[in-house]
Amino acid sequence: MPIDAKIPIEALEVAVKHTYSRRKWGAATVVFQTCFTAMWGAIPMCPMESESAKVMEFGDFIRASGRQIKILALVAVGAVALAAAPQTSATPAAVNAAPAAQVAAAPAPAAPEAKQLIPNLPRFAVAPGGYTPMKPTAGKGMPVDGGITFQKQYTPNGQYALWFHDVILLKVVFGVSIFVLLLLAYVILRFNKRANPVASKVSHNTLLEVLWTGIPVLILVYITVYSLDLLSKQFHAAPENALTVKAIGNQWYWTFAYPDNGGFEVTSNMLTHEEAAKRGEPSQLAADFRMVLPVGETIRLQTIGADVIHAFAVPSLWFKLDAVPGRINEKTLFIKEAGVYYGQCSELCGARHGYMPIVVEALPRDKYNAWVLTHKDAKLDGLPKPVAVPAPAPTPAPIAAPAAETAASAPAA
Amino acid sequence: MTASPDAHHHADDHGHDHDHKPAFFARWFMSTNHKDIGTLYLIFAICAGIIGGGVSGLMRLELKEPGIQYLQTWATFLSHHNASMDESLHLWNVLITSHGLIMVFFMVMPAIIGGFGNWFVPLMIGAPDMAFPRMNNISFWMTVTGFCSLMLSAFFPGGTGMGAGIGWTAYAPLSTSGSNGPAVDFAIFSLHLAGAASIMGAINFITTIFNMRAPGMTLHKMPLFVWSVLVTAFLLLLALPVLAAAITMLITDRNFHTTFFDATGGGDPVLFQHLFWFFGHPEVYIMILPGFGIISHIISHFSKKPVFGYLGMAYAMVAIGVVGFVVWAHHMYTTGLSADVKMYFTIATMVIAVPTGIKIFSWIATMWGGSISFKSPMVWAIGFIFLFTVGGVTGVVLANGGIDDNFQDTYYVVGHFHYVLSLGAVTSLFAGFYYWFPKMSGRWHSELLAHLHFWVFFIGVNMIFFPMHFLGMQGMPRRYPDYNSAYTYWNHFASVGYAVMAASIGIWFINIIYAFTMGKKADGNYWGEGGSSLEWTLSSPPPFHQFETLPIIGDDAHH
Repeated sequence: MPIDAKIPIEALEVAVKHTYSRRKWGAATVVFQTCFTAMWGAIPMCPMESESAKVMEFGDFIRASGRQIKILALVAVGAVALAAAPQTSATPAAVNAAPAAQVAAAPAPAAPEAKQLIPNLPRFAVAPGGYTPMKPTAGKGMPVDGGITFQKQYTPNGQYALWFHDVILLKVVFGVSIFVLLLLAYVILRFNKRANPVASKVSHNTLLEVLWTGIPVLILVYITVYSLDLLSKQFHAAPENALTVKAIGNQWYWTFAYPDNGGFEVTSNMLTHEEAAKRGEPSQLAADFRMVLPVGETIRLQTIGADVIHAFAVPSLWFKLDAVPGRINEKTLFIKEAGVYYGQCSELCGARHGYMPIVVEALPRDKYNAWVLTHKDAKLDGLPKPVAVPAPAPTPAPIAAPAAETAASAPAA
Repeated sequence: MTASPDAHHHADDHGHDHDHKPAFFARWFMSTNHKDIGTLYLIFAICAGIIGGGVSGLMRLELKEPGIQYLQTWATFLSHHNASMDESLHLWNVLITSHGLIMVFFMVMPAIIGGFGNWFVPLMIGAPDMAFPRMNNISFWMTVTGFCSLMLSAFFPGGTGMGAGIGWTAYAPLSTSGSNGPAVDFAIFSLHLAGAASIMGAINFITTIFNMRAPGMTLHKMPLFVWSVLVTAFLLLLALPVLAAAITMLITDRNFHTTFFDATGGGDPVLFQHLFWFFGHPEVYIMILPGFGIISHIISHFSKKPVFGYLGMAYAMVAIGVVGFVVWAHHMYTTGLSADVKMYFTIATMVIAVPTGIKIFSWIATMWGGSISFKSPMVWAIGFIFLFTVGGVTGVVLANGGIDDNFQDTYYVVGHFHYVLSLGAVTSLFAGFYYWFPKMSGRWHSELLAHLHFWVFFIGVNMIFFPMHFLGMQGMPRRYPDYNSAYTYWNHFASVGYAVMAASIGIWFINIIYAFTMGKKADGNYWGEGGSSLEWTLSSPPPFHQFETLPIIGDDAHH
């Protein structure tokens, strides 16, 4: 599927979205960092992956540093003014992708009319041609055969966490294990009965004991600096206007609700292995209807359990949050690239715990909007009031799933 | 710990050899003798371990290939009718639940505390028996009753199918509104019984250790195994009542319409997790601390050196015990904790690496400069040090709240805790077994088979559990009977590893049979020079009642 990986989001718009204030614990992290920067010299910072569009890197930088809030605030003011200028940037890429749709059953007839009613911003652009489920890319957003490391990460925080794990933590893991192994080997070879017939009687050495208490403390402090930094990044609040999506765990399927898009719900059931194979999707991981999300913007993802505790987890997005009955959990999610990302329920929830996968399909904003408008009574998020969409788009037509449950359409609130 | 045994107390031992033992039923079913009760615990733990280990064999068999191959057959066999897919998948949850509960409550704890603790704490502190011999007996039989209750649960409906499929963690609301039927009540009741038994055992150990040490044996001269059991007993005493409260609330939520863990009545499912892990985290130290004690004795004995940094070792265990109580929510990083809470638990959890590191380095320092003989217990102990180190460093990785998001409830966690338990606690159990088996039975096992057992076991468990780190990083969630084909390779590998491990257990049984049929008689101090605790001053097996005249610990005694 020729889905364009390049994300048509203006740099400044990204900047606006990431103008969030640090909460009180942010200060503690900064103090921590400053202290230990003094101790170690400059602490190496995570080099972000640079394969996405340049504009994304700017957004990353803002997320990663978290200190230039004041500068950001100024940028944000400018951004609001500038945002109106690049109006049509989203559409060209989308137009290219559209003809590839195999099933033409679901045009978005509403789009032309809707467009006239809504502000001319990329956020509200609607790709023509409706929605066709994206084909997954082999090895992206899913496990690979015999893999021994993490899945490749597609969120800035995931990339930071992966870097922290691979560069900092693995160093400690292998360092300590090999150090202990070498010590044991030396002791076994040097102090066995034959090599050393008479045992010494030494049983104290204060310096040694201080050292093997103190050095591990320093190593742990070294880890803690990054660990707390990562945590603080993961807890940045979503911007005011962020899209909210709810994942509801049920025994044994997921429901995804889109309160900002008119409140429709999507019910997602696992595909049988045969059906998954037919559609070219990984077995055990594929679902009939996906959680579709826009790329390149911060999403407020909420989880809740309908019956027992489930957990919404997508390994390649470094995201896992329990869906607990009676409470709403919330985390932000920022997907950098369009793609299909697979996950599975990660809290024991009864018999078919292993049979309620999660499929996140991340699409450029205009395609996301097109997908939204395939639902009954749907509206584009961020608009003051629901836009009446005249055409009663049926259930997302391209999916001719034989699955029992189809996408449920809830009336707009 | 030096016994500095006086001449007269050696002479004493012989006087007891012919003391009359009760008849069979009275001796084994109404026992008040710490050694007999210890033996009962060990036999019970072996039986439970065979069942719990067999259950894991079933799981590895099912996981050998993607797809459901055996569950439906087994479920049909158990329920006497054609089992539906849901019933079969429920059986999977019953298997994981019973494996966890059996191994924790009915294998490791009875073996390491009930078995070795009962056997060797009185011997090491120079006491004739435990402080409360009858309470000792009832705590054993309550453990057995608890095990029976858990076994019974498999034959009652538990929601989707037969048996309790709630995981050993029994999270509400899956264990309350999520599982109808008496199976879960039986499982919970089994925890009540096992918990009450452990509390009584803990009271017994604390009282014994505080009041019945031989004259001259101050706390700071106490052998490290006794220290480890003392710390463990305090952990049991403080942690288990919290579990008892939590699962009692589960019972009332299930049967009497309370809503402690039900949000619709003002309760909170996450409250159960806090209560459970307030018990559950100390519980993992309960399982490993006595192992630390055993390893210290073995390392020192076979290096012919006193334990390096005795006080540091003792207080490292105390520190692990204390800090172990304030790190529980690292099991709950994805439940929606705030940033502050996750930061606190990240730091607190990592603190535990410091006393653990002290222990690892002190063991190596004990060997340093020693004259090491590689008898089977020593080989097991060295294996323990390395395997526990690996389990420890992955623990440091998991401690990070931000990293844990991608590890929580994956096979990485399964790999981690089996490295510290299956490869840590169980390895220390086998080390202790070979160290003390001749002492307990009076007969020699085969050293050759013991070494063979070690190597086959070592290869087998590493084959099972090391690939689990890979599976977890690739995102395979735990408690899954089926998986995407990308996970096939390492799952298959692990299942082959299980067969290797199972073979090593076969070698162990052959060794036990060998010992009882052809084993040479063992004398009192059969490992020779190096052991300094009081059990080496007694015959093998020790007299039915020992230390009727208390040994005197001299001032010159060192540890």
